[in-house]
Formats: sequence, structure tokens, C-alpha cells
Amino acid sequence: MRNCGHIDPENIKDYITRDGYQALGTVVTELKPIEVIEIIEQSGLRGRGGAGFPTGLKWKFTHQAAGKEKYVVANADEGEPGTSKDRLIMEGDPHSLLEAMAIAGYAIGANTGYIYIRGEYQLAIKRLKIAIAQAKEMGLLGENLFDSGFNFEIKIREGAGAYVCGEETALLKSIEGERGEPQVKPPYPTNEGLWGQPTLINNVETLANIAVIIREGAEWFNEIGTEGCPGTKVFTLSGDVENEGIIELPMGTPLRRIIEGFGGGMVDDKEFKVAQSGGSSGGCMPKELLDTPMDYDSLAEIGMTLGSGALLVMDETHCIVDIAKCLMQFFKHESCGKCVPCREGNKRLYNRLDKISKGEGELEDLERLRDLADTMSKTALCGLGQMAPTSIYTTLKYFKDEYLTHIEDNNCTTGSCRGLVDLEVQDKRGGKDYGNNN
Amino acid sequence: MEIIIDGQKCEAEAGQTVLEAAQQIGIKIPTLCYLKEVNEIGACRICIVEIEGKGYQTACTFPVSEGLRIKTTSPEIRRLRKLNLELILANHPQDCLKCERSTNCELQSLSKELGVEKVRFAQDSGGYKLDQSTPSIVRDYNKCIKCRRCVSVCEKVQGVKALYPNQRSFKAIISPGYKQELKDVSCVLCGQCIHACPVAAIKEKDDTERVWQVLNDENKHVVLQIAPAVRVALGEEFELPPGTPITEKIVTACRRLGFDKIFDTVFSADLTIVEEGHELLARLKNDGPLPLFTSCSPGWIKYIEHFHSDLLDHLSSCKSPQQMFGALAKSYYAETEGIEPENIVVVSIMPCTAKKFEATREEMEVNGNRDIDIVLTTRELARMLRVCGVDLMKLPAGEFDAPLGITTGAGDIFGITGGVMEAALRTVYEEVTENELEKLEFNQVRGFEGVREASIDLAGQEVNVAIINGLGNVDEVLTAIKEGEKEYHFVEVMSCPGGCIGGGGQPIPTTEEIIVQRGKGLYDIDQAKEIRKSHENPIIKEIYKDYLGEIGGQKAHNLLHTTYQERDQY
Ligand SMILES: Cc1cc2nc3c(=O)[nH]c(=O)nc-3n(C[C@H](O)[C@H](O)[C@H](O)COP(=O)(O)O)c2cc1C
Ligand code: SF4
Ligand code: SF4
Ligand code: SF4
Repeated sequence: MRNCGHIDPENIKDYITRDGYQALGTVVTELKPIEVIEIIEQSGLRGRGGAGFPTGLKWKFTHQAAGKEKYVVANADEGEPGTSKDRLIMEGDPHSLLEAMAIAGYAIGANTGYIYIRGEYQLAIKRLKIAIAQAKEMGLLGENLFDSGFNFEIKIREGAGAYVCGEETALLKSIEGERGEPQVKPPYPTNEGLWGQPTLINNVETLANIAVIIREGAEWFNEIGTEGCPGTKVFTLSGDVENEGIIELPMGTPLRRIIEGFGGGMVDDKEFKVAQSGGSSGGCMPKELLDTPMDYDSLAEIGMTLGSGALLVMDETHCIVDIAKCLMQFFKHESCGKCVPCREGNKRLYNRLDKISKGEGELEDLERLRDLADTMSKTALCGLGQMAPTSIYTTLKYFKDEYLTHIEDNNCTTGSCRGLVDLEVQDKRGGKDYGNNN
Repeated sequence: MEIIIDGQKCEAEAGQTVLEAAQQIGIKIPTLCYLKEVNEIGACRICIVEIEGKGYQTACTFPVSEGLRIKTTSPEIRRLRKLNLELILANHPQDCLKCERSTNCELQSLSKELGVEKVRFAQDSGGYKLDQSTPSIVRDYNKCIKCRRCVSVCEKVQGVKALYPNQRSFKAIISPGYKQELKDVSCVLCGQCIHACPVAAIKEKDDTERVWQVLNDENKHVVLQIAPAVRVALGEEFELPPGTPITEKIVTACRRLGFDKIFDTVFSADLTIVEEGHELLARLKNDGPLPLFTSCSPGWIKYIEHFHSDLLDHLSSCKSPQQMFGALAKSYYAETEGIEPENIVVVSIMPCTAKKFEATREEMEVNGNRDIDIVLTTRELARMLRVCGVDLMKLPAGEFDAPLGITTGAGDIFGITGGVMEAALRTVYEEVTENELEKLEFNQVRGFEGVREASIDLAGQEVNVAIINGLGNVDEVLTAIKEGEKEYHFVEVMSCPGGCIGGGGQPIPTTEEIIVQRGKGLYDIDQAKEIRKSHENPIIKEIYKDYLGEIGGQKAHNLLHTTYQERDQY
């Protein structure tokens, strides 16, 4: 995000003045594709789309795969509720994405790139279009870049709004004009992606790191962040904090620092209760984990995820059962319906939470929740169904007492579940309705 | 390469899936949404296995690789499979006692196989209206388990693409495009999706009740025709090995049901050959339009009307044997027997769901009399016989009635891919060369590949023919024809894989192996017949002499030929 707010995103000259397209020039005139990949590998950059997969390795696989043609795809679907960091990058610094895609194209051997962007991001789409036109005019996209003989063009595809279309195989189907539904892997997109050809898919934020890594070097990048997860991470902070917003911090910054520093503390000095990290499929972090370094590995160790970098902070007035129920409502709505555990499972998880929230829960329900959640994580076809129950595990682990209060004492201490209070009512109270955010 | 399945070292080939490799060494991994080479999408998750380093994966999609270690069963694997199956069951009406697929249902047998004792989720299914919009096929969305096998078969085997996943999550529904019914799309009503469906979510429109009614009506003279493919398949409904010919038993059984006359579609197949052979020779002589396409498969007719209506004049104008039969029954037969055509009810037993549709086509009537009144599939006939407690194998042999039951072997092979071609060649060859065929079998047109071609020397003229089975193979041939790459004179098309023996109205299951056995049954019947050339059928000669007049003449055209219509493409 180094350029965001410092340049006019609709004027390519601003970008160029801040060293823009210098990396692309170096790459196509001085480096071999494999050398580019080596730099990215050495940088230790990991995918910012959620899973944290090593970017250099992904580039290498796509580079090695054989195909008639290859493609670079930027995942700009950003369907995760409470996340808008990719939007900020594209609106504020569109050329950083274009430059990175061209570099990636050169490295893996592709001449075409697609940006698959969420349809609602109209301003970002407009700015990307302007940026592409300006880059073409200046010969920074198109044919024979920097007289190197390398050609690269970029096309924009607008998504139709389904959350699942951010999943890479679903996204590719959608670009192909088919129903955006996840496909079994293997084959992986790196080998058989768009129209069956090797395809590199990276998140916008991942790509936004590329040019600066090339320019400043892998070592420079390594010095930021933690050992296993170098670089920075863009967080989208929201909820019951004084300052909501988007912030770029070194990997590994603990949540407490984020809330107290950038967030300015809790609203009305209420007690922190729980933070959901990583978006709707992320875990619910209790107070005692506030000092965990926010990076892929540290969070994975405790069953949490960094995901998209969404951080939803909630205070003591929120009910855990209700939070879990809202999340299952979201997944029940967003499952594509292809595979059994996710299509049928989310609905069942939701029903059981609903039962508990109505004071009809039984102890056995907790066992059932765990059983089904576990089956979904192990057997669902794609990340959506596998990750959907994360909030259930983590709340059952860290907030079991609250479930028990609902079941044994028929009591919801926050008042959220008294009787049959439903989602609409909570909305007005200021709670987060995940379902509508998308 | 070497892989390890359940601790057992075994050889596997690159390109194989874990499922295939396991099958080779006798390990049966349960499956549900899987249809070999057609539907390998890993949607039901029943075939999950544990792969070292890769977690739980679907065996039907996971490719083998050197040294792969696979566990196909364990308490945890069984728990996961069972729970997913329970999720499916909770969303499927547990109607087994009243369901026509009971004892022939893959979901039912899987529940047994996986040892499901109870379903730990509340029953939550139903509320969908049945799609009964066509005369052929009923879709019951309440029973659908969303395995998508029908979608894949319709797309990949039949090339029609009438079905899609619509909506999402638990509201997902597998259906024609948004909110449409089958009648609104280009579905050709072939019924191949019925064979694909593991449960009773797709079935034929059941017309048995209408047949019971006319059989009970004393004022009606009810005549039956039985298609060739039925006689080598019906036995499967009564536990006989696939392909066992039981023609004589069927005749007796149907008499017991109360039909007044039992006739044979093989007769009108002979008639079709005589008319269509004549049409082919006329087109060869008068330059066109060539190639001539056969017209006995109503799914194919509907397909070309939807998707290639620019080629309609290539279709033979001959009605199909089913329709020719009806037209003659209500004219020639009615007149010779002195029965008013209005009082005759023609019922057909067909291997085919599209035949139900064909019978309702507006073109299919003569002087206000519908050619065919009711069409039953092989499965529906079995249902009627079962209700009546007919013990098929203990019945004495019976014989078709004259005159419309006198037949030749050429008509029998109409039920198999290449059969119409072979029957036509037997007749056309003798007509053109004026020589008697030494060998009646045209082996070059036999077989089961989707597209076959041959060249036959007809007294110096080379005639190029092609045979297509499975509509998914049609486009490649038509494109080659349109682009001038291929110059055929005569092309036989049957909608279903294997021809009518693999038809959508045949017993379930209908698999590749079963189709081969049914085909052998038909060739055996032909082989055993005294007369094996349609033009030598004595009754047909007589009918032309006494009633129809010229082959391809005015009267024949009135009764035995038809026209086609352009249809929209969806
Ligand atoms: C349900 C689901 C939704 C996803 N949505 C997004 C998304 O909106 N944006 C994104 O970049 N990645 C998303 N992903 C992750 C992508 O599948 C993919 O891993 C990512 O684009 C790879 O890029 P990276 O290696 O740069 O992280 C999603 C994954 C799942 C399972
Ligand atoms: S896990 Fe959910 S979203 Fe993913 S394929 Fe299965 S049903 Fe679709
Ligand atoms: S009847 Fe044939 S064309 Fe119609 S949906 Fe089924 S398979 Fe497709
Ligand atoms: S109709 Fe039958 S074959 Fe088609 S998806 Fe449903 S259960 Fe599967």
C-alpha cells in the first residue's frame, strides 16, 4: 500500500515517478524467468489470499507445467465479509497490480492475464481500466515490452457476487463462462487451470508485493515480519473498536497492539470479548490469545487463521452462540451446493445452533455439532465447506461455558438469545450480519 | 508404478484413479455420484479414502502416483462416510415401501452396505412439484440427491445439455434452466438420464393405468405391438440373465393380460426397410438430398429438429416402425377385419421413452385417427405382469398373430445399432444388383463404437454409410458432412448408446456389458429366422399387392410417411 494516498491513481506518471514499472523493465530485459522466480522464492512471500501458500513455489510449478498457453489470474473477488484491502490497493495503486501481473507472466511464460474482480467494485474497475489504457499507451503493457520481445495483455472480468467464486477453481470456471463452482483438486490450476491450461492465481495483495520485492531485493523483504512469514500484512479492522479501517503492519504484530494502537481501544471502554480473525471462516479468538503474533504459522498452531486479514472485534455484549449462528447463516447461504457435507451440513449446524439459541438445546447437541463440523472439515470438497465450521470449533473450545449456560440454565447472559430474537433485530442493535455484508 | 493400498503393494498405471487401482485388487470402495468416465466430480464424498500426507480425498478423482499410500477403510473413514450418507438420507423421502426403484436403488443398497441404522438428523425433504410436463419423463425433485449423473450423461453422452445445477446450497436443484420444465427446453426425451439416476428421481411417465382401462372396455379392440429390443431385455425384470430372448413367453404373457391381438413391431420394421430402401435408391438416382438419415429414433428426430433444422430434408420421410404399425392397424387391418378404426386401440411396448412423445406428435395421425394410442416401456410392461402375478418362465410358448405378426430377421435387428443399416443393405443390395446375397451378415456395420463407417459396393456404385449411436456423437459427423469432409450416402442414427436395446425405457440397470448381451440376443434371433430379408416378408408383399399399391406410392405416402418441424434451441 506504499503508494496509496500518495499518488493520483488515474495518472500513470505519478506511479512511474515513484519507481513504477522499473521492476518490470529489469525483469524482462535483465533476468531469466527462473531468476525472477528465485527472487520471489527467496523473499519468502506467502499468498495473501488466505492459505498462505509460498508464492515462489506456486510460480515455479506453473513455470514448469507444460501447456499450449498459460495464464496469470489476479484474484480480486474479495468476497470475505469485513475485508476491503484489495479494493483499497486497486483504487489507490492500480499499476502495482498490473506491473506484478506482467512480471508474473514473464516468469511463468504467460502472455495473458485476467483480473477477476468483484462486480460491486465499480471505482476500482474504472481505475484499473484507465490504468490498463495508460500502460498500453506507454508501451508498458501490450507487445514487445521494453523491446524484450515479451508481450502481455490484461483483461478484466467482473464477478457476479457469489462468495464461493473467490475460490480459485470456481473463479476459473466463472471466467470460462460456466457456473462458478469449485472443482476437485488435483488437478491444480498450476497444471490445469483456465481452459485446461497452466494458470497462476494470486491474490491482489500478494501481487502488490512483487514489484517492490524485485526492486528492493528479497533480503530487504525478509527483514520485515517474522521468520516464516516475512513482509507486511494488510488488516481490515472493524467492530467495536474506536477506529475501524485498513492498516498495513509487519507480519506477526499481536492483535492486542492492533486494537490498542491503530484501533484506539474498545468503544466506550467496554470489555473485549472475542475477535474473529480471517473472515467468516476464521476462528474466534478469546482474550487470553490477544498476544498471539498475527501470522500464518502462529495462528495455525492454535487453530486460528490469518485468512484475508479481516479482524472483527466484539465486546462483552455479544453472545457466542449468536455469533456462531450468524456465521452458519452466512455459510448456509453461500455454499454452492455441489458436495454433500457442505450443502447439507451448514444447514444442520445452523439448525442446531438455532435450537440452542432458543433454549431448546441439549447437551448431546454439542457432541453432534462437533461430529458434523469435523466431518465437514475432513470431507468437504473445497475450502468453503472445510473452513465453514472453524467458528464452531473455536467457540466450543474457548467459550464452552457460554454454550452450557444456554443449554443447562436456559440463559443467554448478553440477552441476545432471549426467547426468539432473530437476526433482523440484532442488525438494528449494531451487531454484524454477515449474510448481508456480501 | 507401485502404490500401497491398505498395506498391500500393488501395481497401478499412470492416469488411473485410486478407485480404479483399488478395484483391480478386489477392494470395493463405495461410490454414489460416480459414473465411470462420465461423472467423476467428487460431489457425494462417499468414496473418500485416507491418503498419506494428503488427508481425506475422493478415490474416484484422485490420481495414483508412485509410492502413494492409501487407506480405504478405518473406523474414522467409515464414520465419515456414514455421516455424509445420513445427511443425504435426511434429505431424501424415505418412501422405500412405495417407491418403484425399491430393491433397485443405489441409495438403498449403499445404506445397507455402509450399515446405516438410523439417521441422526431430522427428516427435511420435499415440497417440490413434480415435472410432468412431457409425455415421456417425470422428474421428482423431492427424491433427487444432486449427484449430477443425469447432468453429465445428458451433456457428455447425449450432447443435449438440457440439465443444470440451479440455485445453491441446500436449495440446489438439478433441473432444466431456471424455473423451466423439461417441455420448455431442448430435451429429446431419450430417457438416458433415467439410467444414470441412482434413485427414483427420474422415471418414465407411467401409462399402465390407461392400458388397464382400455383392456377393461368391452367396446375396444386392443391390439399390441412389441418392439424387437423388448424381447431380449424384459427377462431381466424377472431375474433372467441379460439378453435372454423370451419372445414366445412375452406373447403368452400379454395374451393373459387381455390384449385382443398380439402383433410385432418387427413386421413394420420390415415395412420400413422396403419404403426407406426405395427412398434411398430414389435419392441415389436423383441426386439427393444426400446423405439420407434414418428416421426411426424419435429422440434423434427431436434432436435434429432442435439443433440442426437446416438438415431436415435429409431425414427419411418414413415414419418409424412404431408409427407405421399403428397406421396400418387402423387402416388395412381395420378394413380386413371389419372393425371401425375408432374402436381400435393400439398399444406399443417400447424400449424407449421418446416413443411416448413420438406417438403424441401432431403429424402422427391419418384421417383423424391417431396412429398409436398408448406407449408403454419395457419396465411398465414388467410392472403390469408383476401385478397380475404372471410367472413368466413357467408360461407356455405363444405365437404372434397374423398378419401383422409375420416377420423376418432383418426387422429383429432394428433394435441394435447398425441393425437398420444392415437390414436396409440386405434389401437394397439385392434390389440393385439383382443377385442374391451370399452372406447376410454385414459385419462391417456391426459393433458398438459411437461412430462407425463402411463402404459397400452396389453393382459398381460405392455407397458410403455411417452409423451413429449416442446423440453425443452426432455433431462431429454432421459437422464433417456440412464442411464437406465426409460424403456419406446413408447415415443411421440411434439416440441411445447401443441403439434401442440401450433405450431409456429398458430395465435398470442398463450398462455397457448388458447392452452387448442384449445385442447378441437380437443377432441370435435373426440368425434363427427362416426369412431374413425384409423384402421377402410374404405379408408385406401381399399388402402392397392388395392394399398399398406401389412402394413409395400415393397410398403408402399417406399412411407411412411424415413431415418434420423446426424447433427452438434452448
Ligand atoms: C470459499 C473461498 C473463498 C475465497 N475467496 C477468496 C477471495 O475473495 N480472494 C482471494 O484472493 N482468495 C480467495 N480464496 C483463496 C483462493 O482460492 C486462492 O487460494 C488464492 O486466490 C490464491 O492466491 P494466493 O496464493 O496469492 O493467496 C478463497 C478460497 C475459498 C475456499
Ligand atoms: S465445500 Fe461447499 S462450496 Fe465447496 S464445493 Fe462443497 S458445497 Fe460447494
Ligand atoms: S431425456 Fe435425454 S435429453 Fe432429456 S434430459 Fe434426459 S438425457 Fe437429457
Ligand atoms: S435426478 Fe437423479 S441423476 Fe440427476 S442429480 Fe438427481 S439423483 Fe442424480
